[in-house]
Amino acid sequence: MKLSILLIAGCLLSLAWLFTPQNSTANAFKARDAVSAKAAFAEAYKVFMHPRCINCHPAGDAPLRGEDSQPHSGLRLRRGVDGGGVLTLKCTNCHQSNNQQGLHMPPGAPNVLGDGFLDFTTPRWRLPSAKTPMIFQGRTAAELCRQLKNPQENGGLSAERLIHHVSNDPLVLWGWNPGEGRTTPPLTHDQFVASVREWLDNGGACPK
Amino acid sequence: MKNVTFILNGKSTTVEVDPDKPLLWVLREDLGLTGTKYGCGMAVCGCCTVHLEGDAIRSCVTPMSRVDGKRVTTIEGLSKDLSHPVQKAWMQIQVPQCGYCQPGQMMSAACLLSQKPKPTDTDISEAMSGNLCRCGTYQRVRKAIHLAASLAAESGGRK
Repeated sequence: MKLSILLIAGCLLSLAWLFTPQNSTANAFKARDAVSAKAAFAEAYKVFMHPRCINCHPAGDAPLRGEDSQPHSGLRLRRGVDGGGVLTLKCTNCHQSNNQQGLHMPPGAPNVLGDGFLDFTTPRWRLPSAKTPMIFQGRTAAELCRQLKNPQENGGLSAERLIHHVSNDPLVLWGWNPGEGRTTPPLTHDQFVASVREWLDNGGACPK
Repeated sequence: MKNVTFILNGKSTTVEVDPDKPLLWVLREDLGLTGTKYGCGMAVCGCCTVHLEGDAIRSCVTPMSRVDGKRVTTIEGLSKDLSHPVQKAWMQIQVPQCGYCQPGQMMSAACLLSQKPKPTDTDISEAMSGNLCRCGTYQRVRKAIHLAASLAAESGGRK
């Protein structure tokens, strides 16, 4: 009796599968993923557009500062080949491994050693390199999305390494510990990483 | 407190300090090298500029933990006999007015010339933009840097 019921149920399932339009199901699945991916990217985009991120991902060749993303007043800074500044004006001439205490004091972040440990005796403060400047400022969500996924523009980062970067890079984490007088992005760091992960795990579709 | 050992003006130097203490105050208070000046204390004016591994850093915000094991050069260490091209040029042009910012100006100029032996006016404007002078000696600073570049070239490229 039990065997008969199982056989009938199996036949019904097979028939149902045969009569289900497979392509449209697959497309619907992909479409759902794309919707989730775009929604997740829209959340992460709020962070990318915050001054804590914009200021070191400028459209020009020099870093910005403050909540209104102004140039460093007076200083004629340039990115340089490696993003660390040039001649007498290298970023780490002023920026240390930690935020300096007090309003308007230089912020800082530690370097990362090869094994992933943080080196608090060596500061890590720089723009992206001249070769891959990773501009955020002025980018629409669609433009930034495409740029972040393009290995030729993102410094050769795979999806996995991009998630690792936003999860662990001291300069990214600094955005949520920016020192006195500076605002933090609108999402928590965990929410931001979750959004980036959801965007990429769902195929990394970009908004139009 | 921690022992920090570094090469100061060519000599190995050890100090027992709080690793967070800024290099400026170790130079001035603990080691008696008062040529490096305190200006703003927030890495803005450039008065406290010294060289750390050849870079023109702001000693007022540089913790001693960063200095451990590194080479530091102060204005006292540019030369023992005022023979550095920057020192010669500064004296020949009579750059200083009140003089307070000049050690920082000279250390930035020396750093610039070590990387750009023949700097253009644009190079100088960029490189010296982090050193403020309330007396307004900027044009003499520019002239002295060009002269220092010439003196270095004449003496076989010493920077």
